[in-house]
Amino acid sequence: MILDSKIPGGALEEKWEKHKFNIKLVNPANKRKYDIIVVGTGLAGASAAASLAELGYNIKAFCFQDSPRRAHSIAAQGGINAAKNYQNDGDSIFRLFYDTIKGGDYRSREANVHRLAEVSVNIIDQCVAQGVPFAREYGGLLDNRSFGGAQVSRTFYARGQTGQQLLLGAYSALSRQIANGKVEMHSRTEMLDLVMVDGKARGIVTRNLITGKIESHSAHAVILATGGYGNVFYLSTNAMGSNATAAWRAHKKGAFFANPCYTQIHPTCIPVSGDHQSKLTLMSESLRNDGRVWVPKEGRKGLTASEAVAIPEEERDYYLETKYPSFGNLVPRDVASRNAKYVCDEGRGVGATGLAVFLDFADAIKRDGKDVISAKYGNLFDMYKQITGDNPYEVPMMIYPAVHYTMGGLWVDYNLMTSIPGLYALGECNFSDHGANRLGASALMQGLADGYFVIPYTIGDYLAQTPYDKIPTDHEAFKAAEENVKSINRKLLSIKGEKTVDEFHKELGHVMWDYCGMSRNAEGLKKAKEEIKKIREEYWQNVKVIGANEELNMSLEKASRVADFLELGELMVDDALHRSESCGGHFREESQTEEGEAKRKDNEFSYVAAWEYKGTDNESELNKEALQFENVKLTQRSYK
Amino acid sequence: MNLTLKIWRQQDANTKGEMKTYEVSDISPDMSFLEMLDVLNEILSKKGEDPVHFDHDCREGICGMCSMVINGRPHGPKQAITTCQLHMRSFKDGDTILIEPWRATAFPVVKDLVVDRGAFDRIIQAGGYISVNTGGTPDANEIPIPKKVADEAFDSATCIGCGACVAACKNASAMLFVSAKVSQLALLPQGHVERKTRVEKMVAQMDEEGFGACTNTGACSAECPKEISLENIARLNREYVGARLSSENI
Repeated sequence: MILDSKIPGGALEEKWEKHKFNIKLVNPANKRKYDIIVVGTGLAGASAAASLAELGYNIKAFCFQDSPRRAHSIAAQGGINAAKNYQNDGDSIFRLFYDTIKGGDYRSREANVHRLAEVSVNIIDQCVAQGVPFAREYGGLLDNRSFGGAQVSRTFYARGQTGQQLLLGAYSALSRQIANGKVEMHSRTEMLDLVMVDGKARGIVTRNLITGKIESHSAHAVILATGGYGNVFYLSTNAMGSNATAAWRAHKKGAFFANPCYTQIHPTCIPVSGDHQSKLTLMSESLRNDGRVWVPKEGRKGLTASEAVAIPEEERDYYLETKYPSFGNLVPRDVASRNAKYVCDEGRGVGATGLAVFLDFADAIKRDGKDVISAKYGNLFDMYKQITGDNPYEVPMMIYPAVHYTMGGLWVDYNLMTSIPGLYALGECNFSDHGANRLGASALMQGLADGYFVIPYTIGDYLAQTPYDKIPTDHEAFKAAEENVKSINRKLLSIKGEKTVDEFHKELGHVMWDYCGMSRNAEGLKKAKEEIKKIREEYWQNVKVIGANEELNMSLEKASRVADFLELGELMVDDALHRSESCGGHFREESQTEEGEAKRKDNEFSYVAAWEYKGTDNESELNKEALQFENVKLTQRSYK
Repeated sequence: MNLTLKIWRQQDANTKGEMKTYEVSDISPDMSFLEMLDVLNEILSKKGEDPVHFDHDCREGICGMCSMVINGRPHGPKQAITTCQLHMRSFKDGDTILIEPWRATAFPVVKDLVVDRGAFDRIIQAGGYISVNTGGTPDANEIPIPKKVADEAFDSATCIGCGACVAACKNASAMLFVSAKVSQLALLPQGHVERKTRVEKMVAQMDEEGFGACTNTGACSAECPKEISLENIARLNREYVGARLSSENI
């Protein structure tokens, strides 16, 4: 199939303006004749639902949590980028565009990224008008901080809780539209299938998580804003409920899945403390500004943080400072993560599990004093102490990389429409703007750009060409989708095997982490594919799901999500195997420079890999969308 | 560690609940409280028994989903954290731990430790926003806001909507929750236009939901995982009286 990205012609900076003029409009009186479903209420979903309702469309919004305010966007700490140039330090839309393309290791679309940079400035205006309490200077104007991958200060922030404040802003706009009767909100409701009529997305089938009732919802268009799929790895910084089910089931109905192997592994997370671990907690990347990363030169299994204090300087290996003298501890996320893995693989990891490295503030405290360090990182130090019991003012922190964000997602064109007409994907759920690596403070920007400023325009173009007729939910397509969902749940409940859902999920997570994590090679990936198939096969014969469908049943909810992770995991491995280059978060050991750094193969792999579902037992089919670079020059990254 | 857990079990909203006793062993002090419950649930699942249902999601203390009363205190014995951030090193080997859901008329139990906090959403829907549509907003730096005011508004805005304030209050009052949102928007110049109607509508909705009255005992703020200050309640009272005296809106 030929993938038409629908990127408008003309000069880069004129594309979006021209496109907005050229696409069709739905007249205000006719908007109320169209129904739109929005699944997910994070930054992308809540902002889209609110903005579309304000325009006059009838919205049905869905989230699996008890309230739309709980979506995992809320946990984002650092900030949101915008090319406001308030600091007079040379920022511009083009610079934000350039930094994002380069940060993504030249694997994203120029036109999409430029549009993202353009609308970034409107996002800040919008959020301030909603009452988002961004950090301010004494003069009353907005403050900015700098972030990785940029040489300007363009990050707006609300202490360490920017995601929370932005989400509550979008939630308030959504709440206003719920009160207006323009949004019908369904919380504790999970989408379990997409309904297609005449090749177009026309509705969804959901499960009411309280009663178990399987229900159909009809609409003229469906928007998925369901986040990323990091929980394939079992342990990640995602929320416990974050899942890929809505996106995956849409994929099985024909929506292509793009670049699934692009996952971001964040270097500074609190290490796993044992088998009981349920999730991982991120510690802000900013810690690497003052902390020094090290492990002992000779491996010492089980070394604790308090024992580490006594280790003399000459027995320590500050490996990032040695290997990358110019960037030192501030190398990009992927480089820092990979090197932590290498030293642990050598047996030099520390802590009870041997899967941790030290992040030491002793020198910084000696140099600047405890008060200065506390002013910068006090809340993070407290959080660390709360979780681990160690006091980072006295002993070094232990950190280890963890899965954090997925750049891959449903393939979308310039209008954010997937390969299924009438089905859109927004935010982390789509693949569009971050290439092979996302820069810090860009996830919030993309979620809100898609929801507030892109979809309200582009969806009109599709709806203007769609008849007003509604499809009743007793249509055979709805009945068939309902039956499909019911049969999956029936099957899961009827197996009554020996192993719990979590046991399978952990097994999958181990395979993904070992072979499709920070560093990948063909042999390992092939092995992973076989392992995943085996786990999946066993899953459908031996999983133990407790209870019934007609009740609040978290065991069943999880079972249906893990069933999808077991399929998605294999596609991630397929994608990682086929892309025999290294780029961004995807490091293939076979493709590295002489110094051991990631080496792209632009001639072979300068494309988006969009996978088409061909049945669970068949291999997925690869479709390629070539990436054209007309405004930036492709270069190899170096941090030596 | 070996522990005895006494947990509220209730099949659904219409069934009578009861405290049930469970034993767990080999609990690591490094586990979070919810991970300890995960261990119990794995044991129960293996035995074919219904696992204990509880709300949880981010497990980083920010989503506000986790909600349980531990030994009589919302979010457990430690100050300024949510249940998901509570670790087992706060308990001793051999302890008996009582685990109950939020108890309030306005938060009916859904199952076990899961309650329905939809009332909070409806209070926000009644007026917890600034009525601006997407687009057409002025430049973000057009209205300077003194840092002190912005910081104070931020402190109020950090509420995670978990409902511990209601669970802690002997009257099951939602005043701390409502006042935090009223304060945030009353402090900021953008919120001034709707200042009076907002407080009136939100308080009216709070009353309609069946939350109790505030008698200023301060338990809400003491148990709040985000340490939302009682000053917010004082501000709400001022805003409310001012609105009632001068507003013709409702």
